Amino acid sequence: MSRARDLADLGGSADAGGLTGRNLIINGAMTVAQRGTSATGKTTGGYFTVDRSKFDLVNLGTHTYSQSTDAPEGFSNSLRVDCTATASLSADSLLYALAQGIEGQNLQQLKKGTSNAESVTVSFYVKSNKTGTYVLEIYDGMNTRHIGKTYTIDTANTWEYKTLTFAGDTSGTLTNSNAFGMGLFFWIGAGSNYTTGTLPSSWASVTNANRAAGLNVNMADSTDNDWAITGVQLEVGETATPFEHEDYGTTLKKCKRYYQVYDNIQGMTLHCYNTSHAYTSVQYPDGIMRATPTATVNYSSGDSFALAGSGKTISAREIVGVKPNVFMFKLTASSLTAGQAGHYDKDSTNIFQFDAEL
Amino acid sequence: MNITSAQYMEDMSGNNSAINATIDGVKMSVPLDPANRHYAEILRQVEAGELTIADAD
Repeated sequence: MSRARDLADLGGSADAGGLTGRNLIINGAMTVAQRGTSATGKTTGGYFTVDRSKFDLVNLGTHTYSQSTDAPEGFSNSLRVDCTATASLSADSLLYALAQGIEGQNLQQLKKGTSNAESVTVSFYVKSNKTGTYVLEIYDGMNTRHIGKTYTIDTANTWEYKTLTFAGDTSGTLTNSNAFGMGLFFWIGAGSNYTTGTLPSSWASVTNANRAAGLNVNMADSTDNDWAITGVQLEVGETATPFEHEDYGTTLKKCKRYYQVYDNIQGMTLHCYNTSHAYTSVQYPDGIMRATPTATVNYSSGDSFALAGSGKTISAREIVGVKPNVFMFKLTASSLTAGQAGHYDKDSTNIFQFDAEL
Repeated sequence: MNITSAQYMEDMSGNNSAINATIDGVKMSVPLDPANRHYAEILRQVEAGELTIADAD
């Protein structure tokens, strides 16, 4: 086969979304939701449903944040925000969705902070009952710099495809590390603290008043309001290529670098350190995490610890000694025997949660 | 991030190894790693005088 034929095939593959590794966004098709598919009654921000998607909310109503099955052709899911209690804008109001942070070490190809800094293009599908002008901001957390663009939702309740190209930044090098490098912030509501300036059309030091300038919608002004997004892609260059679809397992594996959850523990072996404490050390089966994670033991009832055939009364369950690659589980129980080993069982979901999000 | 309590945890050698914190109503074990977003927020609130970390029991 000729070299020309190889190159033509390669180009065709790119047109079909076949070249891998273009998309710097993880879970852009909103398929993975380890935390659950719906979070209701939210009045503050956090990570709730679709993986890698942070929701930030200050003084701007109450919302449901969900993984929706409403999606444009070729997609199965979207990330959706529904207003369930309204609020008027106050100066410090803010609401943005899908604030996905990207590690600095995954952005070195942007050559940020050099004279050869690369442009990037963001493409996505968006849908809302509220037509109007919205803001997408790219935020450099290492150098506190940003750039923004507006886009319009032209037709209510209709999926629309948007592409926005942002110039490269010749200032502010991104450290080659696991820390927050840059992030995308999709603004859907903001008070005067964020809107009274001018949206930075080129990279500049962050001024809060400029961050969402041009935004003319408030997602919290009616309980009829909703906003949904999917197919989010951030890629180097000035051209939006077709969305890079991944198999579910590949996306899930990427998400687990930032969040892992454990279900259905059966026969976990713990060794008794003394008469009241037993420990075990566990390597994360889903791989090393981005940083040392925050650990949560989600216990309600129904676990057991058996030692030499005898069930013990458990009084506390803790995660101690957490590292990016391993954690230690500690049980406090009565009548243990130092040196013996026992089996711990807990048959339910979300028993251990580990959060190393940016 | 609403942090309503924070207390150091000790490892088997008696050294501070993590912070038991209640964050947004959920009890969490926060590692002493500045790259962890919860620990970074705890440090910020301590610096601002908004939070005190209790000694381990």
